[in-house]
Parts: sequence; C-alpha cells; structure tokens
Amino acid sequence: MIAQSLKMAWKSITLHKMRSFLTMLGIIIGVFALVVLVSLVHGATGSITDSVNSLGTNKLTVNIFDDKGKPLRTADLDEIAALDSVGETAPYMTMQVQASSAGRSKTVDVIGTTPSLTAIDNIKLQYGRFFKDPDIENHSNVAVIDYRLARDVMGRQDCVGESIKLNGKEFLIIGVLQDTQSDSAFGFAAGVYSAYVPFPTVVRLSDQAGTTVSTFEASAVNDDTDAAEEEVREYLQKRYGDKDAYDVFNMSQISDTMNQVTGTLSLLLGGIAAISLLVGGIGIMNIMLVSVTERTREIGIRKAIGASRKMIMLQFLIESLMLSLFGCLLGILVSWLALLVIDAIGHVSYGLSGGVVLVSIIFSTGVGLIFGLYPANKAAKKKPIDALRTE
Amino acid sequence: MTQEAMIVFDNVSKIYQMGEETLYALDHVSLQIRTGEFVSVIGPSGSGKSTLMNIMGCLDTADEGQYLLGGLPIEQYSEDELAKIRNRKIGFIFQSFNLIGDLSAEENVELPLIYQRLPVRERRERVQAALEKVDLYNRRSHRPNQLSGGQQQRVAIARAMASHPDIFLADEPTGNLDSHTSMQIMELFHELHEAGHTIVLITHDENVARQAQRRIRIRDGKVEEAATSDPYGDRPAGGNASDPYGGRPADEEVAR
Repeated sequence: MIAQSLKMAWKSITLHKMRSFLTMLGIIIGVFALVVLVSLVHGATGSITDSVNSLGTNKLTVNIFDDKGKPLRTADLDEIAALDSVGETAPYMTMQVQASSAGRSKTVDVIGTTPSLTAIDNIKLQYGRFFKDPDIENHSNVAVIDYRLARDVMGRQDCVGESIKLNGKEFLIIGVLQDTQSDSAFGFAAGVYSAYVPFPTVVRLSDQAGTTVSTFEASAVNDDTDAAEEEVREYLQKRYGDKDAYDVFNMSQISDTMNQVTGTLSLLLGGIAAISLLVGGIGIMNIMLVSVTERTREIGIRKAIGASRKMIMLQFLIESLMLSLFGCLLGILVSWLALLVIDAIGHVSYGLSGGVVLVSIIFSTGVGLIFGLYPANKAAKKKPIDALRTE
Repeated sequence: MTQEAMIVFDNVSKIYQMGEETLYALDHVSLQIRTGEFVSVIGPSGSGKSTLMNIMGCLDTADEGQYLLGGLPIEQYSEDELAKIRNRKIGFIFQSFNLIGDLSAEENVELPLIYQRLPVRERRERVQAALEKVDLYNRRSHRPNQLSGGQQQRVAIARAMASHPDIFLADEPTGNLDSHTSMQIMELFHELHEAGHTIVLITHDENVARQAQRRIRIRDGKVEEAATSDPYGDRPAGGNASDPYGGRPADEEVAR
C-alpha cells in the first residue's frame, strides 16, 4: 500500500516536472537559508570561541584595587593556589616599555609573571624555553618575547641567546612564543608586541612597579571556574572585608556571554529562514489543492473500486511529504555547495552543521505533513459519485 | 441455476429536494436479482437508472427502503465499510471506462487488488489471468491513452474480473464504442455469464438490453416491468445483419 502510494506520488511529481520544481523551490530556498545562515553563525562562533579560548577561558583574572595595607605577595598566591578548586596562580603585572635592539625600537607590553602562567594561559613556545623558578629566585634578566617582536626588532625569529634592551636594560632572550595571532579571526592584540619577564625582575623596569601583586591569574581544577571563583572571592573577602576592594573576573563568562549572543543570532536567523520554509509549505499546500482538484475523477475511480478514505489521504500526504523532502534534500545539497564556495573564498571553514541539517529535515517533514493534511483530507472526503461525475 | 437472491431491493427510494418540490429519483423500487443471473436494466435517460446503479453499486445509499447485497443490509455500513464492500463484491464497468490515465493497463487492473491487500504474487497471477482473458496481456504496459476505446473497456473488464466480485455492474459499457467493438465487449459479458457470474447491465439501448436473460424496465424512477414473462423471447436466434449485437443462440443459458 505504501509502496503503491510512493509510486503514485513519484509519478504525479514527475508528470508535472516544472510545477513540482517550482513548488519545491520554496522549500529549497527555505532550507538553503536555514542551513547556510545557521552554518555561517556556527562557523563564526567557532572561530570566535577559538580566539577566546586562545586567551584562556578556564581562568580567573583578579584585580586588587585597594589592598588596605595587606598587599598580596607571591607567598599569598601560593596560598590561593592551595585552595581546593584553584589550580595554579600567577601574578600578572603589565607595563609598557620600549624594546630595542640594533637601532630598532618598539613599544612592548611587558608582563611580569611566574612559570605557572604557561599552564594558565596555555603559552606555547616556538624556540627556547619559558623561565623557570630559579630565574624567579635569582631575579634574572631574562625575557620570553613574542614571535613578531623577534621578527620586527631582533630581525629574525630564532633569536634565543641574544639580548634585547627593555627600557634600556639588557635582557637575555631565552624563548620565543609561537605565532598564534594569524589564527585569530579578529586579530586579538594585533599590532601590540608583548614579552614575558620574571615577576621580581619587572620591578627594575619602572618606578611604578612594586613587589606586591595587584593583578594575578588563576586556573581552576577540572575547568570548574565557577567553584574557583567562589573560593577566591571567599578568600579575598576574608582578607579585605570589602567587595569593592577587589574584582574577580571569570573568563568563562566571556565565552558564556559569547555563546548566548551567537545562540540568539542563530535563533534569529534560523527564525527568518523558518518563515521562508513556512512560505514554501504554503506553496506545497497550494499545489496540492490544485492536484486534488485536477484528480477528482481519479479519486472517484479509486473510491469506486474500493479505496478507503485513509488510503486516499495517505496517497496525497505522501505526495506532499515527497515534495517537501525532495525540496529539503536539494536545499541541503545547494547549501553544501554554497558553503564550499564560501570556504574557498573566505579561507574560513564553515562546515555544514549537522544539527541544522537534522532540524531542516525535521522541519520540512513537518511542513509537508501539516500543509499536506488539508488537501489530503479534502481529497479523502470526496464522495465517489460526485467525484466520478466530474470530467 | 442457483436460486439465492444476490440483490434485493425492498421499496427502495432515493429522494432529492428541489426547493419546494420533492423529486423521487427512485420511487419505491422492489426487485430481485439471483446469483448467476444476467439482467439488464433499461430506461431512457433521466429514468433513474443511474441512481439505481449507484445504489446497487454501493456508491450511494437509499433514503428509504432496504437494499440487501448478498444478504448485507447496505444502509447500515459506514463509508469506509462500503468502500470495502465495493472492493470485494462489485466489479464496475463504466461507460467512460474510468481507467486511471497515469497507470498502465496492468497497474489499473492491479489497483483493486492492492486495496484488497493481496500479496504481490497473487496480484500478479490474477492480473495476468484477467488480462489474458480479455486478450490484452501483450499490451499490459500500455497507458489508457495508448489503447483504443474497446481495448480500454476490456482493461476495465479485466480490472473488474481480477477482484473476483460477486456481481459485475456495467453502466452503458458499450455507450462510447462502435458497433463492432460493442459486440466484442458483449461477447465478454456472455462469457462471464457462462462462467456463472452475476451481471447487471444498465443501458438505454434495447439491442444491448435484449442480450440479457431478463430485462428490468425503469421509467420515472419506477420499475415498470420487473421481469419479462418470456425473458428470452425477444432475443434473435441467429446472426442478423441488421442487429450488430446478435449472433448468439438464445437458449444457451437455459441449457445448463
């Protein structure tokens, strides 16, 4: 019975190729809009998330505004690191200095920190090594510089073992960072050079810098930044007793917010696409009504020789389902091709998002069913004698 | 010949309300058709014979009275149950053939069998047997528009035969055909009758009606003549050039 209905639906669709295609076009465009838009948002979200992740999402950044005479020292950071849900801690003191070598000079963000930062910020080196605990203890004048600083000031990338002047003081370059900036879609920190030096050493670069920690970063155990945030807040509250004296910023909030924004964007664009799918569905209903009218006599014959209402209904429902599902498959195919073209032009990978393909198939099935129901019911309700009388 | 009544009309009326006026398309019709009988219903257009055929074929139901088909009280069934009864018990043959244009001859014959939910193998066997019977098996994959009128009507007869119905209900089966083709079609009806099938043939054409065992004459919704006293009396005994439907010995049925 189903096989016969499928055959009949196929015959009816192929009999009026142009009409069927135009009907499907509504669904094709709807599915195309849905799949491409959502895939684009999805792809963009992916690259934004990557950029954010490259900054470290599972970390806390803590600022102390008012130390109330009880400044944090590196020993206190060790205490914080010992909290149950806190992983590691590292001071994060930034200042702008002039970096120069062989007559070339650039403004550089220098970060005074400890080796723990490599784990927190996921720092990767291209050449050499990051500084180690002895460098901290010895207040060594060593620096890890970023890839572009090596290129633009030192003149070459592998400059480990050479020295660079920071605010006129000589620092030994012991490592060069990996070039991560080209990966970032939005060029985070583009145009800004950076270098890492041991935390105690940074004092020597400026008068402003003290030995107290006003900013530090902390990672969380098992990436549970919320638990870590709570513990750190508790610790600081106990120490300072004033919520305004410090600020704990949870980086995962950024990605949460980002996900919310892109989620809303997906929903919005998906909603617009869904409306065009709905319009496509109305097109199907329209053509199915025409088809029912055209085939009134056929319905009459079928009923006369024994088709029940259910069977007639099934036949027309399957036809409308077939129209919408074919349209859906064509739409997915076209979207896939379009995304390939966009990838080729934009050098960014916007894969077909599996979720949206599933959603569009489910949605198209729904559209085919809902908009096929009324015409199919109309066909099924025809009285055989009336239907046989029509020409 | 079996004496059980296949069709019983007991005071059946079909009423149409035309404004103030009440129109009896069928006016208290009572008749009986026995199993294995070949009966023609004859009347001019507008006499109510189409209404009679619709009710007899369970396409429509009576407003008054009772219709028993093989003992089943037809008025009591739902639309879908009637579809099932039509499917199993009635083989329709229409004036305009009523084949489905998008389907091949074979698929048209198969259609009622699909609605009977028969397995594929049995469907194929029955389709082949029926199409061979009407001598169109070699044209099984032709569409109706690739067949002549006579061939289309033979496909329609094959479709009726394939479903193994209790009665064959033919409505002006030769109305759209020339006299030669009509003769071939009537020949098929005679063969079906000889094989023991019940046939009801509705027509306005005396020459066609005369070929049945018995004629029921209908006029203005009333049965004028439920049976001729001598049902075979009018039938020509031999080939008559002026009568295109003639040519069969009249006493063949009674010989059994």
